[in-house]
Amino acid sequence: MINKKIFFKGYKSILAHDSPAIALGCCFIAIGALLKNLGFNIQESIFSTMLTYALPGSLVMAESLLVGASLLNIFLAVWFVNARLYPMAVSLFPLMMHKNQPKWKYYFSCHFIAVSAWLIMKSNYKSIPKEQRIDYWIGIGSATWSVAVLGTFIGFYFSEFLNKEIMMGLAILNPIYFLCMMVGASKTIQITLSVLLGAILGPIFYFFSPEWSILFGGVVGGTAAYLIGEINVS
Amino acid sequence: MSVSIVYAILVTSLATFLSRFLGAVSSQGIKETSKIFKWFNCLAYATLAALIARTIIFPVGVLNEAGYLIRLTVVILSLGVFFVSKRNYVYPTIFSAVCMAVLAGFF
Repeated sequence: MINKKIFFKGYKSILAHDSPAIALGCCFIAIGALLKNLGFNIQESIFSTMLTYALPGSLVMAESLLVGASLLNIFLAVWFVNARLYPMAVSLFPLMMHKNQPKWKYYFSCHFIAVSAWLIMKSNYKSIPKEQRIDYWIGIGSATWSVAVLGTFIGFYFSEFLNKEIMMGLAILNPIYFLCMMVGASKTIQITLSVLLGAILGPIFYFFSPEWSILFGGVVGGTAAYLIGEINVS
Repeated sequence: MSVSIVYAILVTSLATFLSRFLGAVSSQGIKETSKIFKWFNCLAYATLAALIARTIIFPVGVLNEAGYLIRLTVVILSLGVFFVSKRNYVYPTIFSAVCMAVLAGFF
């Protein structure tokens, strides 16, 4: 089953001094408050965070409900926005694959793929033996997922105490945290270029197709960065 | 309204899980030293950067009510704090929230 020692090592990683737990928790506080304002009850709000566990997707769902979109529209909009999770999964799971580990762990733990957990794992995986990385990942994922659920709970019940300015402050936390982590991770030419090109092309493509802008920006920027990096190496 | 919320949550979680699951399934057999892995790594970082840039430049929700100049100021100042604090992630993050709340309150 799961190696408890490694699992809790991963779980405790959110207590590190540079952990995303505070930023993540604050963002889900904002989500909890937003869902309450939309008419969700506490069960639905918690259920939403537990099952979706992706901030942009939750925001898109909330926006779509607000404008009375159909279920098909919501499905497509969320799928486009969260399609970024596909390359994130493909660039993470090969680091954790080991023949001694059962497949169900990988399929089960793919639910934890989210920016915070992904960035923590990318920063720490080298310090964990490959066979045990999946247990470490499940620990990280469980911890960030718990923080998200707790944040939603707090946000739901404290929403009446949060004014517009505080909500704005909470909303900027996550982008700034991710931005700093991305700048911190830019140690090779390929990653640096990927971050730069993605950040430039994403907003440019927004003018042509808001729904596809993140995916197009990522694919074009990432491919260009990969090719430039390969040419540079060779 | 309550029924449609439950359906919306289920549809949202299905749409989200689909990308995660397909990623987990298709990553089997890919070696971490292979070119395709490196390419997907670049795609992941670029996609995240595109998402962050879009969240800041074209935000949805409450952040949309803060002007471009305020958002730009918060980003630049927070990056300044990031480098001054020797690449600490927590200080600029907390600073950004306080800075945004203060600037939004004044302007």
